[in-house]
Amino acid sequence: MKYMLLICGRPDATETPETPSIESWLDYVEGKRLHGSRMRPITDATTVRSREGEVLVSDGPFAETTEHVGGYDLIEVDNLDEAIDIASRHPVAHFGSIEIRPLWEG
Amino acid sequence: MPADPSISAVFREEWGRIVATLIRMTGDWDLAEECVQDAFARALERWPREGVPRRPGAWLTTAARNRAVDRLRRSANEASKLREVADRSMSSRNGPDSDSDESGITDDRLRLIFTCCHPALPLEARVALTLRTLAGLTIAEIARAFLVSEQTMAKRLVRAKQKIRNAGIPYRVPPAHLLPERTGSVLAVLYLLFNEGYAATSGAELVRQGLCADAIQLAGTLARLMPDEPEALGLHALMLLHDARRTSRLDDAGGLVLLAHQDRRKWDGDRIKQGVLLLDTALRRGRPGPYQVQAAIAACHATARTAEETDWAQIAELYGQLMIMVPSAVVELNRAVAVAMSAGPAAGLVLVEGLSEALPDYHLLPATRADLLRRLGRFEEAAEAYREAIVLAPTEVERGYLAGRLAGVLAE
Repeated sequence: MKYMLLICGRPDATETPETPSIESWLDYVEGKRLHGSRMRPITDATTVRSREGEVLVSDGPFAETTEHVGGYDLIEVDNLDEAIDIASRHPVAHFGSIEIRPLWEG
Repeated sequence: MPADPSISAVFREEWGRIVATLIRMTGDWDLAEECVQDAFARALERWPREGVPRRPGAWLTTAARNRAVDRLRRSANEASKLREVADRSMSSRNGPDSDSDESGITDDRLRLIFTCCHPALPLEARVALTLRTLAGLTIAEIARAFLVSEQTMAKRLVRAKQKIRNAGIPYRVPPAHLLPERTGSVLAVLYLLFNEGYAATSGAELVRQGLCADAIQLAGTLARLMPDEPEALGLHALMLLHDARRTSRLDDAGGLVLLAHQDRRKWDGDRIKQGVLLLDTALRRGRPGPYQVQAAIAACHATARTAEETDWAQIAELYGQLMIMVPSAVVELNRAVAVAMSAGPAAGLVLVEGLSEALPDYHLLPATRADLLRRLGRFEEAAEAYREAIVLAPTEVERGYLAGRLAGVLAE
């Protein structure tokens, strides 16, 4: 199955001493990570809505929350337990959180 | 459930096992449930006429499997599923499949219980799924037990099954490195079930009391299926030891009877014996855990011939162990009570007074403080604490009890 890992954290969050390095995580998911990337901060975000023939463009993210998606990783594994295992080892899981979303067509 | 007690006993015993097997064979939870229901309906029709077969479980499994194959054959686009049924049936005959290799456990009910109690499901869904698929309660029964409408409960179950399928929750016993954590989740669901039933006190809540019996049966099954897990045995023992005292907890008017005043002749001696035996078996493994310690505490109470003979020093020691395993203010409050009983109310009061910040809204804290102050002869302070407890007490039964105690100290 394919799962999208949404890497969420507060912009001001900092790493803890136990945070593993991203390199060791990338080694761990070798062969299971299809692609992924960090994303630029919400100050560079733009939100678009199309309503009644009009395109509404605004600055910033869609919703005001304290945690924001800061990156994503698309992985392909056998089941949710494997996805949880991979997510739990991601550096950001140690100070932020990872949302695991199965793709509609796994 | 059928009226014939011998048939309904078979159904109760076999339901979870057959549903679990059918889910493994078809990978389809709804289909599995429906086919088992069909098989039971056929049994109900034929057994009274032809007699109960020698191996009723095997008869029911075969009937349910044939029904599944039938239904899958009829829908052409399910052809791939049909092949899977054939494959999975084969692999189960040829030996354990790949899922079970890792931890070496093969009973389908274990796969089912670990899947139902997967931490990615909301807690209320874990409880409902466990009751439906393993204990065989109807949706209406589960809805009544949890005081929600049948429609709400049906939706909850549909959503849970959808999540299992869509999120890819595996149907398996977790591999060894996940087993301790996931076993904890299973034990917690069973204990919650038991407590839901145990908290039910009035006749109107009889449905909920049935949850105790369901939880005890499931815990027994789990303990048998996981002979290397002493905590499963510990939980089973704990439930039996509590349940043995159930009928003496209330007086004829429905009022609360404290442990010290309960009529110990009403306690179920066989249950207590069984509980103590299971606990001994668990403790011999040399891997104590919170359920074993709680069962040991319950055993101290259950085996004391009179309230005065209770070994409070031992109980205080056990609560001390529990504090190390699962530290919480409620455990510390219980330890304080045991210390007060063994070393005197003043020693207990010191411990209780350190807890007010941690338990600001818990009625048993002022109730305990009130009791200790009363025993120290400090009646005015005791009355104040009883009043505090009455405001916080959640049920009429408890408020009634506390009001009685308050009247007692005011008369001093």
